[in-house]
Amino acid sequence: MLDVIRARWQQGYRTMKWPDGPIPPLPERFAGRPVMQGRDCPADCQRCVEVCPTAAVQIQATEGHRATRLDTGRCLFCRACEEACPKGQISFTQEYRLGAAKREDLIVERGCPVFAPCLVERARRYFGRSLKLREVSAGGCNACEADSNVLGTPAWDMGRFGVQFVASPRHADGLLVTGPVPENMREALLKTYHAVPSPKVVIAVGSCAISGGPYAGCREVHNGVDGLIPVDLYVPGCPPHPLTILASLLGLVGRRNWPQPRPQE
Amino acid sequence: MSPAILFLCNGQRVDVTRCPVTSMADFRQLVLDQIADGAHLAALFVRPAATDRHLLTAVLSIPEAGQLALAAAEVGQAYPCLTQQVPQAHWFEREIAEQWAVTPEGHPWLKPIRFQPACGGKGPAARIGVTNFFAMEGDEVHEVAVGPVHAGVIEPGHFRFQCHGETVYHLEISLGYQHRGVERALIGGPGLRTIHTVETLAGDTTIGHAIAYCQAVEALSHTPVPSRAEALRGVAAELERIANHLGDLGALAGDVGFLPTLNYCGRIRGDVLNATAVLCGNRFGRGLVRPGGVTCDLDDRLAGLLKDRLADIERDARSAVELMFNTPSVLARFEGTGAIPIQTAREIGLVGVAARASGLDRDVRHELPYGIYRLSHLPVCTWDSGDCFARAYVRWLEVQQSLEFINEQLNALPEGPIAVPAKPPAANQMAVSLTEGWRGQICHVVQTDALGRFALYKVVDPSFHNWFGLALALRDQQISDFPLCNKSFNLSYCGHDL
Repeated sequence: MLDVIRARWQQGYRTMKWPDGPIPPLPERFAGRPVMQGRDCPADCQRCVEVCPTAAVQIQATEGHRATRLDTGRCLFCRACEEACPKGQISFTQEYRLGAAKREDLIVERGCPVFAPCLVERARRYFGRSLKLREVSAGGCNACEADSNVLGTPAWDMGRFGVQFVASPRHADGLLVTGPVPENMREALLKTYHAVPSPKVVIAVGSCAISGGPYAGCREVHNGVDGLIPVDLYVPGCPPHPLTILASLLGLVGRRNWPQPRPQE
Repeated sequence: MSPAILFLCNGQRVDVTRCPVTSMADFRQLVLDQIADGAHLAALFVRPAATDRHLLTAVLSIPEAGQLALAAAEVGQAYPCLTQQVPQAHWFEREIAEQWAVTPEGHPWLKPIRFQPACGGKGPAARIGVTNFFAMEGDEVHEVAVGPVHAGVIEPGHFRFQCHGETVYHLEISLGYQHRGVERALIGGPGLRTIHTVETLAGDTTIGHAIAYCQAVEALSHTPVPSRAEALRGVAAELERIANHLGDLGALAGDVGFLPTLNYCGRIRGDVLNATAVLCGNRFGRGLVRPGGVTCDLDDRLAGLLKDRLADIERDARSAVELMFNTPSVLARFEGTGAIPIQTAREIGLVGVAARASGLDRDVRHELPYGIYRLSHLPVCTWDSGDCFARAYVRWLEVQQSLEFINEQLNALPEGPIAVPAKPPAANQMAVSLTEGWRGQICHVVQTDALGRFALYKVVDPSFHNWFGLALALRDQQISDFPLCNKSFNLSYCGHDL
């Protein structure tokens, strides 16, 4: 017993102050939400498009200008485009708020908001003070799963916001789905979805769950959750940082004083 | 020595034409002899040769010689199975039957393991989860079915227990829910996506699989890796091991209801992942290991930061883990639960922590050293009780060894570049690459075609060897000990299902 108390004293209080206090330190080399700088891509330059493993980058020509657009729902945050661009048009920032309630808001282009809105009014109304989630790994590689699971540890302690993973879909308000959804997992995902009582929410975590990620186009998978069940919140990343996942969840239920996005300056 | 067998080193390439092909009878005898002499079956698979010919291929690891052996025989629609004499071939032969519609005759348990389409994706797939499950009959016998969706935040798989009262007589493990077609997706590579597929084939072993892949590609293309890159790969690999082992130790404590260590280790595991992110920006090491070297360097400031973080991690981990091992109520649950004797471990071909916890000194870093482990040796940590305690304790021993190893490396990082440009793989070559991931032995076998593209990519995750070990560990145990036994193996579903 004394040993237990001694260890408890030694380990200290570790729950982070965020979101009321400072943001927990992110690694210097962290790849957060990208920004697209100018709209003067040189004619014929396709470097960013050519190096992207998941066709997340596109070049759009409007009014005689060529500019890049990046779909963070497909992006693996490998920075290949950033390194390849001769003009420095694409750069990955430390912005951890990557989640979005609408699929199209995951596409980053010049002048778009620094981060996208996550709030779903229906979710705020029903689950604002208590959100219980059933996690379904559908072809996930255990990275998204691990970084979702870690939110239950004392450092993140998402229970303090009323968010919790529960053991049964019958006890849940929604699903948090990871992975590209293999055909072998389709039926189990659908059955779990139908076992959750309505009203319910679906959260797709990681580029696999949003677009298939590195498995997009493989015959054995369904390119993510969209098209199988309706998705209320998308959380990009490969895998998303726990901070990104938690911020997106808090944005979904509209935690009090949660900032709303403003256009990029 | 028979000429029908080719000996090679870990991470060595050979010309495809030099790969031996013998008759099935000779092949069987070769494999039986080598296994009897103490070899381990690292891989057994079918590879397509010239039109409509298929070669049954075995990769054996021979610890005494520090070498690998390659043997092959032409196979038709059927061949006499190896499993009856070599139990560790059991899962491999089920895979062969499923992937190639080749029947290992006399196999005692020929059921699908992944429910994947046969013949390179062209054939039909069995319906997932529908198979002739083993069933027991009798008074008071009951069956418990769990999954594919589990209660925790973990991957999907289906377990069926045959119980009499609380006692488990048999556990059948039926996987395949995570099958994404990894091996098929890798064919035709290397391409833009190849490394990302490898890094996500078992996401908690990103570094382990990425090193195995890069080593194979570097062998195929004759690309020498700078020593600084080898050292940084070693640092990342050991960080991965520490993070996962500490997470497992915490989860084991949680499974016996000892919450202090569960909570401390859950947090400390995150600190270790953050240490990996200091190195490359990603908590799982995505984007760090690439053919030719690594992408991120450590300057003195970052190396110092990493060392400071590791000192904190060591202090916190020691208090959390020693608390657990000093608590009698924890030991009472760990000791004697889910024991695998050394003889069984050897016969079924266990690898990694599970093998070492049963007393086998099986560790690729020691048996077939590669990269930094050729220069810097880590002792093999073993224990002999084979139970949940041993699997927990070996993890803790390895965490301490790995911390020491990382500090050594950070204090003496070799000078020089961190990468060289990787050349394209040469044509018609084959390479075998083994690494020791945190779960155990990872084996990648790669063969290129006439244009230097991957014609075959075979992945054997450590979980592939070990899932059957979990099934055996549960025999005669209480069903309530399943979470504990399961966590003590902590096997990968996606690494198995591919």
